[in-house]
Amino acid sequence: MRTLELTRSESKPETQTMSGAQAVVQALIDEGTELMFGYPGGAIMPVYDALYDVEDKLEHVLTRHEQGAVHAAQGYARATGKVGVCLATSGPGATNLITGIADAQIDSTPLVCITGQVHSHLLGTDAFQETDVIGISMPVTKWNYQVTRAEEIPEAIAKAFYIARSGKPGPVLVDITKDAQFEQLDYAYKPFGGMRSYQPVSALNSKAIEQAAELINSAKKPFVLFGQGIILSGAEQEFKTFIEKAGLPAAWTIMGLSALESDHYLNVGMLGMHGNYGPNKLTNECDVLIAVGMRFDDRVTGDLSRYAKQAKVVHLEIDPAEINKNVHADVPVLGDAKASLKALTELVEPKSNEEWLACFRALEREEREAVINEELNPSSPIMTMGEVIDEINTASKGDAIVVTDVGQHQMVACRYAKFNESKSMITSGGLGTMGFCLPAAIGAKMGCPEKEVVAVIGDGGFQMTIQELGTIFQAKTAVKIVVLNNEFLGMVRQWQELFFDKRYASTTMVNPDFQTIVKGYGIRTRKVEVREDLAEAVAEMMMYEGSYFLEVLVGKENNVFPMVPTGASVSEIRLK
Amino acid sequence: MKKRYTISVFTEDNVGLLNRVTIIFTRRKINIESIAASDSEVKNVHRYTIVITETEDLVKKVVLQLEKQVEVIKAFYHEDDAIVYQEIALYKVPTDILVAGKEAEKIVRSHYARVLSVEADFTVIEKTGHKEETQALFNDLEPYGILEFVRSGRIAISKPMKTLTSIVEELENEINN
Ligand SMILES: Cc1ncc(C[n+]2csc(CCOP(=O)(O)OP(=O)(O)O)c2C)c(N)n1
Repeated sequence: MRTLELTRSESKPETQTMSGAQAVVQALIDEGTELMFGYPGGAIMPVYDALYDVEDKLEHVLTRHEQGAVHAAQGYARATGKVGVCLATSGPGATNLITGIADAQIDSTPLVCITGQVHSHLLGTDAFQETDVIGISMPVTKWNYQVTRAEEIPEAIAKAFYIARSGKPGPVLVDITKDAQFEQLDYAYKPFGGMRSYQPVSALNSKAIEQAAELINSAKKPFVLFGQGIILSGAEQEFKTFIEKAGLPAAWTIMGLSALESDHYLNVGMLGMHGNYGPNKLTNECDVLIAVGMRFDDRVTGDLSRYAKQAKVVHLEIDPAEINKNVHADVPVLGDAKASLKALTELVEPKSNEEWLACFRALEREEREAVINEELNPSSPIMTMGEVIDEINTASKGDAIVVTDVGQHQMVACRYAKFNESKSMITSGGLGTMGFCLPAAIGAKMGCPEKEVVAVIGDGGFQMTIQELGTIFQAKTAVKIVVLNNEFLGMVRQWQELFFDKRYASTTMVNPDFQTIVKGYGIRTRKVEVREDLAEAVAEMMMYEGSYFLEVLVGKENNVFPMVPTGASVSEIRLK
Repeated sequence: MKKRYTISVFTEDNVGLLNRVTIIFTRRKINIESIAASDSEVKNVHRYTIVITETEDLVKKVVLQLEKQVEVIKAFYHEDDAIVYQEIALYKVPTDILVAGKEAEKIVRSHYARVLSVEADFTVIEKTGHKEETQALFNDLEPYGILEFVRSGRIAISKPMKTLTSIVEELENEINN
């Protein structure tokens, strides 16, 4: 790729005179953008004006709130693997993006956010709708930059895309003053060729690979933890080959979910606070822990001082700052997961580790009897979130993209949803942003129109970005929305029940009639109150061509188990 | 165990980078004891010298998070014995306390401090050294009345021999092939 860039830049590209605003739009097109999300306003109007001329090449989706735009861009990026793009005006438009940018930063989602800014001569004067978005976004962007002259635009946008998508991806923000949007420049597209201060990927260290292979080959109880790194590096196949050759049981973080198909014989389930019993317990029994593209978040590790202390740790990771950040790595393997896994697979010995795998299966049986059976086939007439997810599995056969919001339904969806293909689970992992789901689902559906996209949301989170129903209405996006209504801020209520003596401070939800509201947006709706209707309703939803809203009344005080209470060790995971 | 560490951060010379550098510290609520910014021997490479007192484990993590910033070229940390470092302090005192023969004049001499400027009513004294030394002069002069005092951030040169030029060259070669 780099040689290509060199030859391109050597032959002097022809320039074209245009305005800064037109250059923004042209640069987006030159970077391959086909779809973007945004909301107009004074300081970004020249760019919107330029978009008007290229509607056939670059589609812009008008959301109902800038938070909706950025989450939609995230959903688009997560479902397609491409860079998500969003656009907003200065001041409140820009600040409304911040939650989504922070979410993208912690979940390594490639985003290019473009904000308008007041005239450069007004910077720092508290001008109308002036906000220091460079300062505000600095802690939550991978990179940001303020453009004050039109001639900076081509390189700034090219650099933004390069930084957003390379190495460990992340959000970048380019703030463009209004005068720079009006000013004329000679535009020529040139892809960004890299910079000395930014080395996105470390070269493969064959010594580290050898040491890792040695540890894995000598292990009696090797255990793999995988995260989103597999998806971001496109290493799904290499990963599968690796674990199959060495017979390695593999458990996922919620960000890694769907990188390995759910029914793969080595997929032993979910890690972390509401993860599966076996992988949590056995983390403290394995002898070699192989972490691939994951960062040992505290929701995954529980108490670090009692986390896998018996094990030697191999950490395959692209970001040097993640090595030894939370868990000491005996063998750090820096680099892109795809390349590292390929090299490592050649050196590992074929094994099956049958006895060790049987330990996972035994604990899975225990969990099944204590928790899963009752969740999926409840003895009580009260509906559970798990059985709704299970019906979605039946109808989708594991081929749908599932997007979740944050709370109990998120954990249940992660635990029980089944996937055949990578990039099929989109959830706000690191930030836990309520309100993420509905707009992210819109972005996912627009990125992957051929796929069924099911948004699973709680009644609380639904109301955080409910206005995006308007986007669905206007853009005719065929998203399937499932609201699991427990009339509580369920996850917080669960904690109040378990750790605050059932003192339900501000967690009861008096909800409006969602059916009426959603009908107002011209979306087909249905409400399921009894189990007898559930399977048929889910099937109807999945068969329906357009957007569909399904509300299911689930148990008000149901809890998600198993659970690793905060401060406990993963091996202290509770089944009830 | 917490110790004093000097962190040298080499960056591109861009607007806003100081902020990006300092937020790495503030988000962990680490107190920056001193900070100095300047050019380096390499064109367009800026350097920050930052002193903090923390555990080595934490310092290592901070240095990696600094290097993770897109426009940070390289960051290093050193204990005091691995660097040559100095700070400069200026003291404004009433001129009459320095008149020949008085105690204060002897103090200035014994500290090997320099007189930078003498006016009818005040004199500015300069002392370069480690913080302990500039502080000692401060303590000795204090009873005579210090009108104004300022101390710069620490600046430091590391003892290890690998040059910034060679590091930058290696990184630039990475991009070109
Ligand atoms: C923006 C935001 N505010 C607050 C929280 C804290 N929080 C986490 S889960 C939760 C409850 C979610 O309730 P609901 O959307 O009804 O989903 P449920 O847990 O009932 O499935 C809350 C308030 C959050 N994650 N995000």
